Amino acid sequence: MLRQIEGSRAVAEVVASCRPEVVCAYPISPQTHIIEALGSLVKAGDLSPCEFINVESEFAAMSVAIGASAAGARAFTATSSQGLLFMMEAVYNAGGLGLPIVMTLANRAIGAPINIWNDHSDAMAVRDAGWVQLFAETNQEAADLHIQAFRLAEELSLPVMVCMDGFILTHASERVDLPTQEQVDAYLPPFQPRQRLDPDEPVSIGAMVGPEAFEEVRFIAHTRQQQALVRIGDLAEEFAEAFGRDSGGLVHQYRSADAETVVVALGSVLGTIKDVVDSSRDRGMRIGVVGVTSFRPFPIDALRAALQHARRVVVVEKAFSVGFGGVLSTDVAMSLTGLPIPVATVVAGLGGRPITKASLQTLFETADRGELERLTFLDLNRGLVDRELQRIAQSRTSGPSAENILRDLGTVASGIG
Amino acid sequence: MRIHGRGGQGVVTAAELLAVAAFEEGRFAQAFPSFGSERTGAPVVSYCRLDERQIRTREPVVAPDALIVLDPTLVHQVDLFSGLSPEGFVLVNTTRTFDALGLGSLLDRFREDRLVTVPASEMAQRHTGRPVPNAVLLGGFAAVTAEVSLSAVVTAVRDRFGSEPSVAEGNVAAAAAAYAYVRQQMRGVPGEAMLSAPPD
Amino acid sequence: MTVPVRFYQVGSFAVGNRLVPGAERTVQSDPSRTNSLTCGHRACQGCGEALGARYALDAAMRATAGRMVAVNATGCLEVFSTPYPESSWQIAWLHSLFGNAPAVATGVAAALRVKGRHDVRVVGQAGDGGTVDIGFGCLSGMFERNDDVLFICYDNQAYMNTGVQRSGATPPAARTATTETVGPEPGNPFGQGKNMPALAMAHEIPYVATATVADLHDLEAKVERAMTFHGARYLHILVPCPLGWGAAPCDTVRIARLATQTGLFPLLEAEHGEVVRVTKIRRLAPVADYLRLQGRFAHLFDGTGEPARPDIVAALQELADRTIRRYGLVDDGGRP
Repeated sequence: MLRQIEGSRAVAEVVASCRPEVVCAYPISPQTHIIEALGSLVKAGDLSPCEFINVESEFAAMSVAIGASAAGARAFTATSSQGLLFMMEAVYNAGGLGLPIVMTLANRAIGAPINIWNDHSDAMAVRDAGWVQLFAETNQEAADLHIQAFRLAEELSLPVMVCMDGFILTHASERVDLPTQEQVDAYLPPFQPRQRLDPDEPVSIGAMVGPEAFEEVRFIAHTRQQQALVRIGDLAEEFAEAFGRDSGGLVHQYRSADAETVVVALGSVLGTIKDVVDSSRDRGMRIGVVGVTSFRPFPIDALRAALQHARRVVVVEKAFSVGFGGVLSTDVAMSLTGLPIPVATVVAGLGGRPITKASLQTLFETADRGELERLTFLDLNRGLVDRELQRIAQSRTSGPSAENILRDLGTVASGIG
Repeated sequence: MRIHGRGGQGVVTAAELLAVAAFEEGRFAQAFPSFGSERTGAPVVSYCRLDERQIRTREPVVAPDALIVLDPTLVHQVDLFSGLSPEGFVLVNTTRTFDALGLGSLLDRFREDRLVTVPASEMAQRHTGRPVPNAVLLGGFAAVTAEVSLSAVVTAVRDRFGSEPSVAEGNVAAAAAAYAYVRQQMRGVPGEAMLSAPPD
Repeated sequence: MTVPVRFYQVGSFAVGNRLVPGAERTVQSDPSRTNSLTCGHRACQGCGEALGARYALDAAMRATAGRMVAVNATGCLEVFSTPYPESSWQIAWLHSLFGNAPAVATGVAAALRVKGRHDVRVVGQAGDGGTVDIGFGCLSGMFERNDDVLFICYDNQAYMNTGVQRSGATPPAARTATTETVGPEPGNPFGQGKNMPALAMAHEIPYVATATVADLHDLEAKVERAMTFHGARYLHILVPCPLGWGAAPCDTVRIARLATQTGLFPLLEAEHGEVVRVTKIRRLAPVADYLRLQGRFAHLFDGTGEPARPDIVAALQELADRTIRRYGLVDDGGRP
């Protein structure tokens, strides 16, 4: 049913229709509306049977999900940024134990400096924890990916996180087609756990594994992700047949088949990029964009197939590896090993800085002229940076950089003297 | 369009209501806020895009076709009119005139027939008992831009406040009053004259 | 007037079992007990925790007719009970992390509830580190929500698994690897530490109890009593660690008994924050008797067994006396 609805609300309603049995979460901006909506649905009896647990920290949230999943219940939680880091030990634990927990990650920047707005640093921080990471481009896709996530997680016995840009998607009201309960039930069968805590057939789960077998146990996790590479595509196809629209999959291409310059990105910025691709095409530029939906497992072959004919690749990403370069772009470069295709990293949108069509336009034109550097920080205010670097050079006790820069910007009142 | 106000005035809700109104009329709409930390009284901006086809871009609205200003004290604090199209609409919540607000120069840069003021807080107070001007201004917006119909705005308001019928109906009445007020203004009846007119 | 006759025999409960009616015999004396933690685990000789866990879980299994799931924190118990590729657990058992056992137990309980398996109970367990330090946030959250979990702390008063480092449960003056017996204040400082049973009581949960491995009947009775409640319950069991305490492996039960008889470790039960029962001290002993048996307090004595630091011993005695007064462990006429 078509609704004009806030992204968080859409996700909550779709997750509810996936019949989760235990929902637990700790509030953190910008995930709060998702969990509030689910809490209300449970309390009002609209989502039943379901236990909604108000936990005391994100670490507890993931831990409750672990216990619930191990005992055979379909478990769901949600978090962002600092909360993800706080539960990181448990995130790895869930990955290692192979528990099919589904989590919404409302992407938000990680501090310091503290920042509540969107970027992808949080997802990047856990990319090797053994979770599947799917990135939504729109709120429609965010909703749809959750249905596919539960199915994928339970089929392969590995946890899945659905990433959606904080505020940009979570707090945006847009048109979403919410599936019916019948449609979801037809696509997502009841959870049949591979391992379960059951007094009737007791097992020990979570034993210590020494050097004799650790590699093999971890290799199983590796094979599961490789299976996911195949199943993600299958499940997306099945979804398209059942629900009548394309959502999910490994990558998707927009006007990139005959493009000279191909842009690669994750998440909601793809929408803005597509608008600029269209206007650039109108002016004669041969440019296209490839959106990566499945970041983990990384679709190395699918990406190579989509990019190998390009003259150059520009990766626009909302995270970076400090002192080095990109994160996504490093993975993208891997997919092009052996091919003489330069990959340029553009770090943009950090901490919620808007990525504007105007800036992208200039960027793409620069790339088209072959003048784009290996690493660019989009819309960087070099003056602010240089002034702080100068302060640092001039005095050993220059003070906290963040406050100095904010004071320069006039955002923070001047100190005395 | 871009909506400016202060926390607590319903800036975010205004954008959402507008989006729902457009949706009711079969259009695509995208509404989203620009957040600072949430606290009452701080400047807040929200955005709304309307289109006949799916809206893909996610950037803030830098070149608005219309501005809705819920709190005129922002005028000299924030660059409200940045990027506004010369053909743009401006709707300001105030009992005063543009001149009295120090915005007389606006009347030269933009189209006078597209700049309107509405005493929305007062209308809201009269019809709902609370000076929350957002739904009211949408009635005015419908009148001056004709981007959405008043009935679509009414549907959106009723849908949003469905669990509190008195709040819903109060806002509906206030929105309709604003609609009529603006229509009158556009026909050349000065704002001050409307203030002494009997309330709807 | 009938007076219950209680039999005591240092070192064993054989007399106690032979002379009590079958129904009152200990679970451990029952050949058909679960053996939740069965033999083959790798605990040290004389490990109090292995004893306590076996006692507690077998009692819980009997109280729940075998319908129970256990969640275990990282620690000695988890490590010595599951040496790859073996497990000595004969019950449904889950180990997640060090600090999250209470939260994981909450999750298991929620799953069982939502699945309609109201007959299956949940026990969470951890050492003192996993309970009072790194697990405290999760434990407090579980208590605050009154989740239906019995949480058991096996308190050997330090991080033993990692090499005997100080925890929030380490008693004053005790030597650990991070509170060495050097400097003017040797061992763990005074004025620190958490009284975990009191903290549990402060949450006003349905049932809180303390026990030691020295009194099997008492421990089992408390586990069974705990299982008659629903909601959050807490059992704090003192389990001497021969290695970490520097004690002889054969002294584990003896030391545990002295802990209660000196007043250092009170035996009590509380319901909704109010103490409802205490076990009076039968034969009051000076703390020195308890301390002398343990290498972690050796610095307090000289070679002849006389206090080398009488000030510290006196301070510990004061702590014991205060506990006795606080919980009324000695009847009038005994020491204050």
